[in-house]
Amino acid sequence: MAISVKNLSKSYGENKVLNDFSKVFEDNSFTCIMGKSGVGKTTLLNVILGVTKQDAGEICGRENARFSAVFQENRLCENLTALLNVKMVTDISGRYSRSDIINMFKRIGIDGEDKKPVSDFSGGMKRRVAILRALMADFDILVMDEPLKGLDEETKGSVVELIRELTEGKIVIMTTHDPAEPKLFDAEIIQI
Amino acid sequence: MNSTTKFFRKRKGTIFAIVFWLLIWQIVSICLKSDILLVSPIKVVKCLGELIVTFDFWRAVGFSFIRIIAGFLLALILGIIFATISYDIKPIREFIELPLSVIKVTPVASFIILVLIWIPSKNLSVFISFLMAFPVFYTNIFKGLSTVDDKMKAMADVFRLPISGQIRYIYIPGVIPFFKAACSLALSFSWKAGIAAEIIGLPRGSMGERLYEAKIYLNTDRMFAWTVTIIAISVVFEKIVGFAINKAMDRLEGR
Repeated sequence: MAISVKNLSKSYGENKVLNDFSKVFEDNSFTCIMGKSGVGKTTLLNVILGVTKQDAGEICGRENARFSAVFQENRLCENLTALLNVKMVTDISGRYSRSDIINMFKRIGIDGEDKKPVSDFSGGMKRRVAILRALMADFDILVMDEPLKGLDEETKGSVVELIRELTEGKIVIMTTHDPAEPKLFDAEIIQI
Repeated sequence: MNSTTKFFRKRKGTIFAIVFWLLIWQIVSICLKSDILLVSPIKVVKCLGELIVTFDFWRAVGFSFIRIIAGFLLALILGIIFATISYDIKPIREFIELPLSVIKVTPVASFIILVLIWIPSKNLSVFISFLMAFPVFYTNIFKGLSTVDDKMKAMADVFRLPISGQIRYIYIPGVIPFFKAACSLALSFSWKAGIAAEIIGLPRGSMGERLYEAKIYLNTDRMFAWTVTIIAISVVFEKIVGFAINKAMDRLEGR
């Protein structure tokens, strides 16, 4: 499966954020999109996800693809526990058991059996829950908007390891500002 | 510290306020020297003690409770259904909101008198408590649904969350604070309006009828005793409903 973006354009009023963007994201590829703030990185991800509609251009190969995402603002269910935030997506496929999820949480330094709602978590903890939710969902294409932002070096290491492990053979598209991050994933870099 | 001491420590402000107002009530009743004008709290407690051991008391409580709570529950169910439909279908919203605005501004006594023509007084309190509680449930649940973030809906779409999952994880947590507030307000409205309907309609064996009789025979202590009973039932039921909602939410939220 590959996803092909052709001549994509998107404006917000007078502000043109995407201008005639084209790219083929091949199967088993990891792509990092880089660029200054406001150039349309998040918009591009949202268009690929189908959350935002483009003004012009087309995206092929999206029809039967299963998506997963780490959004810029986490989008966790704040009243729920970390476990339930992940379980709500893993229950769809039934691929992972409760203990699988708890073990994954352990690897990224979170107590998966904690009864606290995620609203009580720190920003970094919430980010890790959002990443794990995305990784444990059943997907062909994973879209991540600055996933490692706000994580300390130590947790970043375990999260990177988990991302590499659980995205093998998939299409991954992520945005970042950090020039060191693409190297962590041996990713192709696209500047927009 | 044992649980009883903890309980009193936590509520010392409320307990102090209750004692303070009871004292004021007692002092004013002593000053007035007339049980008809204002009976003392001690006499009310005594009268309540006498009433509470009679079968007639519990029969009247059961009669009114079942009807008022039936109206409340009916409003709760239909409020949820109609608010959900209105949230999805705008023309239905406009269709429902007009009669709701009329219900909100019409005096409850007008409804009671009007409805008495249509239905027997026995079931009047069901209808009236429903009528008072329905707009509260409808409005609050609709508001709750409207506050659900579009970004969370988009997240649900991306993860292909089924409708049952969306309801459980996104809509219910969003609506719950509004639902809790609606329960509290609607219960209070239901009891007030339901008892008012019974006082006007005088269905046999109801609390409203007992209250009316106490007024006719100038049994102020009885009148106060029945009023205290109504307040107590309303408060206890509200606490039970609140507790049940919290427990259900704890389960739903994985705690």
